[in-house]
Amino acid sequence: MKILVCISHVPDTTSKINFTDGDTKFDTNGVQYVINPNDEFGLTRAMWFKEKQGASVDVVNVGGAETEPTLRKALAIGADSAIRVNTPATDGYAVARQLAKVVNDGGYDLVIAGRESIDYNGAMVPGMLAGMIGANFVANCISLEVDGTNAKAVREIDGGKETVSTSLPLVIGGQKGLVEESDLRIPNMRGIMMARKKPLTVVEPTDVNAETKAVSFEKPAPKGAVKLVDADNIDELVNLLHNEAKVI
Amino acid sequence: MSILVYTESENGKFKKAALEVVSYAKAVADQMGTSVTAVAINADNAEELGNYGASKVLLVKDESLKAFNAKKYAGILEDAAKNEGSKVVVVSASANSKYLAPLLAVGLDAGYVSNVVAAPSNVSPFTVKHSAFTNKAFANTEIATDVKIVGLSNNSFGLVESGGNASIEDFSPSIPESGVKVESVDKATDKVSIADAEIVVSGGRGLKGPENWGMIEELAEVLGAATACSKPVSDLGWRPHGEHVGQTGKPVASNLYIAIGISGAIQHLAGINSSKVKVVINTDPEAPFFKAADYGIVGDAFEVVPKLIEKLKAFKAANA
Repeated sequence: MKILVCISHVPDTTSKINFTDGDTKFDTNGVQYVINPNDEFGLTRAMWFKEKQGASVDVVNVGGAETEPTLRKALAIGADSAIRVNTPATDGYAVARQLAKVVNDGGYDLVIAGRESIDYNGAMVPGMLAGMIGANFVANCISLEVDGTNAKAVREIDGGKETVSTSLPLVIGGQKGLVEESDLRIPNMRGIMMARKKPLTVVEPTDVNAETKAVSFEKPAPKGAVKLVDADNIDELVNLLHNEAKVI
Repeated sequence: MSILVYTESENGKFKKAALEVVSYAKAVADQMGTSVTAVAINADNAEELGNYGASKVLLVKDESLKAFNAKKYAGILEDAAKNEGSKVVVVSASANSKYLAPLLAVGLDAGYVSNVVAAPSNVSPFTVKHSAFTNKAFANTEIATDVKIVGLSNNSFGLVESGGNASIEDFSPSIPESGVKVESVDKATDKVSIADAEIVVSGGRGLKGPENWGMIEELAEVLGAATACSKPVSDLGWRPHGEHVGQTGKPVASNLYIAIGISGAIQHLAGINSSKVKVVINTDPEAPFFKAADYGIVGDAFEVVPKLIEKLKAFKAANA
């Protein structure tokens, strides 16, 4: 089984989110980048397939050279090789089109992407990719087993979960549950040394125009201070929620 | 040319999010000088959508569509959008709508923006505001394609009753084959889900153990709320994973979020920040959640929560 894991290069959760150029660009100054958490659960599940079922695992990112340390980290965790499509990630559609070419050229059976990235949260690339390449698709995937070309997956739904049967070629939007937090791997020194020698191939992009464009950004209005209610005066909280916040 | 909207139902009954997306679509239709056509699948009371602004409902009745299937449902919407010549399609932020929307976007060659929080600021170029950076910012995004798909965040627009009437048309779409088959669904039918809830009551490690969740559930019951928990609580196995809210858990966009014994780690706050009103109950006045909350009580949950339940019961009785 040939597995491709899509890796988004995203600001660490604790990063300050600011914008520059008249609030039209994300301010990367001082921002630490990490593997998108939803992708890391998928990568770790892919390593399980590699170790238990002899799968090969490649990782891919659509982005500039600045994303390579994130791909090297994925290699240090255990992926066999990395591909970087050399173009900025402009919108979900354009990224999906670039990935579709990588999947078609590489003949992958299983594509594991994250449910959503924690920067743009669009939750659209995996589904678009599946639609473009004509593969089966499972969103919000919290469990995945593959036996030959058959697959069994569990999808988180509103208020519960759903078990589905499907087959390869398959794209999933994965999340926590594919593996647990405690299963995530911190690259060790040997992994980091080996990752330096593993292939990281830069491919030139296919010609695609984005369909959407973020023209400006804004931050939420600053929040007022919390209104503290005395623990002995719960009536006041009920009153505030009813008459002031109007939520009960 | 009408605005097309996908209205999700469960056991024949429309979800609140369905009425909200129709209300939203009506506002977009007014901006663009057109009307709203809703697509409903196996819904019992399609007329209800007229009250929220739909002029027409395309009603699909098909037993084989009882289990949700993203590819089939996307195919139905694609067929409807092409028949109607719709330039804008509106869907909700439910798990199912978010599942089908990217497939529909490919089928319609449509640009898609999710997590939209307001009516378009401009219809030419078509520009919508949506949350980004896990609720730490908003982006204003233009959609350049001829056909556009808008995914509306739950509880962001609200319900607007316009008192209109909708004509109901039977719709027999072409339905594509799907390689994904539902084998089983595991869902609590007696509880409101986090995604559908207007109020969410959430517990953290401050509750000391799973045996203490009785009062959380009771509080949720009094409020008609969903129950949720912080990440450590689900990692410790005190509560099921499906209740974990936060960046890597479920997002929450309720009207009221009550956090009990949750300190408010940045990953947690990121996931719940689009809730409108936040209440925190915590013994530690330095807990970061107090900076994110609208109302707070510094106190012991084991004393405060039972009192709150009692007061809310009295409030409900007085306002029944």
